[in-house]
Amino acid sequence: MIALGLEGSANKLGIGLISHPSPNKPPIILANLRHTYISPPGTGFLPKETAAHHREWIVRLIKQAIKQAGVRIEDIDVICYTKGPGMGAPLQVVALVARTLSLLWKKSLLGVNHCVGHIEMGRAITHATNPIVLYVSGGNTQVIAYSENRYRIFGETMDIAIGNCIDRFARTLMIPNDPFPGYNVEQYAKRGKNLIELPYAVKGMDVSFSGILAAADLLAAQVGDTVAEDKRLKTEEGELVTKEDLCFSLQETIYAMLVEITERAMAHVGSKQVLVVGGVGSNLRLQEMMALMARDRGGSGFATDDRYCIDNGIMIAHAGLLEFSTRVTTPLEESTVTQRFRTDDVYVGWRND
Amino acid sequence: MALPTDDNADTASSTSTYVHKLPEPFTTSDLVVLTQGAEGLVYRTTFLTPNTPCVLKYRPPKPYRHPTLDKRLTKARLLAEARVLVKCRREGLQVPAVLGGDWEDGWLALEWVDGRTVREVLDIWVHKLGMRARDGKPDETTGGASEGDVEAQKKEQEERLWEMMRKVGRAVGRLHEIGVCHGDLTTSNLMIRHERSTQPSSQPSTENVRPRGRQTVSTMREAAMNGEGPPQYPSADATSRSNEPEDLLEGAIVMIDFGLATQTVQDEDRAVDLYVLERAFTATHPAAEHLFQEAMRVYGETFKGAKKVLKRLADVRLRGRKRTMIG
Repeated sequence: MIALGLEGSANKLGIGLISHPSPNKPPIILANLRHTYISPPGTGFLPKETAAHHREWIVRLIKQAIKQAGVRIEDIDVICYTKGPGMGAPLQVVALVARTLSLLWKKSLLGVNHCVGHIEMGRAITHATNPIVLYVSGGNTQVIAYSENRYRIFGETMDIAIGNCIDRFARTLMIPNDPFPGYNVEQYAKRGKNLIELPYAVKGMDVSFSGILAAADLLAAQVGDTVAEDKRLKTEEGELVTKEDLCFSLQETIYAMLVEITERAMAHVGSKQVLVVGGVGSNLRLQEMMALMARDRGGSGFATDDRYCIDNGIMIAHAGLLEFSTRVTTPLEESTVTQRFRTDDVYVGWRND
Repeated sequence: MALPTDDNADTASSTSTYVHKLPEPFTTSDLVVLTQGAEGLVYRTTFLTPNTPCVLKYRPPKPYRHPTLDKRLTKARLLAEARVLVKCRREGLQVPAVLGGDWEDGWLALEWVDGRTVREVLDIWVHKLGMRARDGKPDETTGGASEGDVEAQKKEQEERLWEMMRKVGRAVGRLHEIGVCHGDLTTSNLMIRHERSTQPSSQPSTENVRPRGRQTVSTMREAAMNGEGPPQYPSADATSRSNEPEDLLEGAIVMIDFGLATQTVQDEDRAVDLYVLERAFTATHPAAEHLFQEAMRVYGETFKGAKKVLKRLADVRLRGRKRTMIG
């Protein structure tokens, strides 16, 4: 069976084609294309402009993906699109195209939960069977464990997502958004060496980032060449604090929080595997910290590279095809989108462990 | 949450291999691993004299964390826990005494509490009462007593259970009254102190004996003292034969594990504490819901403002812990 996956819940427009030859064989990735809307430094992506970007690119990208995959329209069994969660306007664009194609080509339609897409893609790529999942991106921060046909949320952010915290801090420092802000912050952090104290906000299995962002923004105002010499932030040794130091401190602090809540979830359910998915999951320092923690508990950490952990169409096609195999489809009149769609709302009928 | 919470069964077997190099003055001799949490390890060992049993909470350095951040967090959390415990003791609450600690090395030695967790006791009770109800006839303990006597006896036993719940309500009420919220108020973190020593079962049923985690305190202690090697926990069957449940309910309620405790007088925090406790009780047994109501009734009378917390609890219940996610 072959599925076409359309993803556009945020600033990435992803088109993927995947084939599931048979239930026991690994899936075959036929095409995985992505085009990202990049806003100028100091700004974020807004729903209206992002939707316009998706409108402009989606037809071209679908044509290209089908051509690259070398499949005929008749070969496609189902068209999968992101139902949510995400930004309303971009989601609508993609859903509209999905509906149109479904009518035009007379194909089944399936709305997919974006978070479940990430989880299933991560599992397929890493072969982690039943891991604790840390899902970290610009819009989501969740610690998830599977139980009785649901991906259950154990811990999550109480306010903004971790990626949002990083992106907005990048804006404060006027760090470019190309290829994506988190990547650039990571490169800055590699050159930082002084750990500046930031708040640390873990509550049980939940985390909070808004206060940390506010504190980091305040510190950022005292850093840089434009600030008067006597007003600049210094370390205890009298060294000038740099932007790099701030990026380093932010990463060390918020990633430690993530690893801590993940470890707590692992201790709680007695799991030894941990899988990191979502855009922030491409951060090498986070992957390293997670692996260290897992090793200390006698387990292992899994992560994927940016092709699969950053939003893409393949994950929507893959998760959609898994659900389609349980004979689930979305009728046209129900093919809506929703900005709020919880991970644990989805009945995971394709797993029976 | 419907996920398995039997971390005791799963982690205990693996923790036995998980012994860190402990800071001075502790050595690996006379050391029993009780549990491995996310924060650190909990051992049973001795402190100052070989005859002073204690609980040792050790927070090893986390290799993934920046050393500066690691030190800061370990110090803050260890001190917070110790301060809350000392405050509770000063106010006359039943909590383990702080024997010693070192935030540089990350250890805290606490008084050993002899007894069972409420979770354990409830399990035994549910098992016992459930069994009698199912049989519908007198069992070994009631001999040839008539139906009416059995009913009366059952009532009396239930009354002891209710009394225990009142003690729980009072204990939590007192805790909140002095401005402390526990942060992780589960039935595993409530203990009933043994007032008198109970003999271990002479014939533990071997088929059901398996190692467990922190719940095993008293049996573990006995095993350790007798030098019987790894602690063995007799299952509910074996225990209910040796320890009449009535005896288990005697004794003061001791709250343990203040690792997530905060000093706060906010109704919200207090209500969340109660919500966690409620879920812990209802997860044990559906019947425990009525029992919990009794605990809350007593809680409402313990301090001025407790009624307001109970109102807030209704809100927290409706809301659950999770809001609908945005984005």
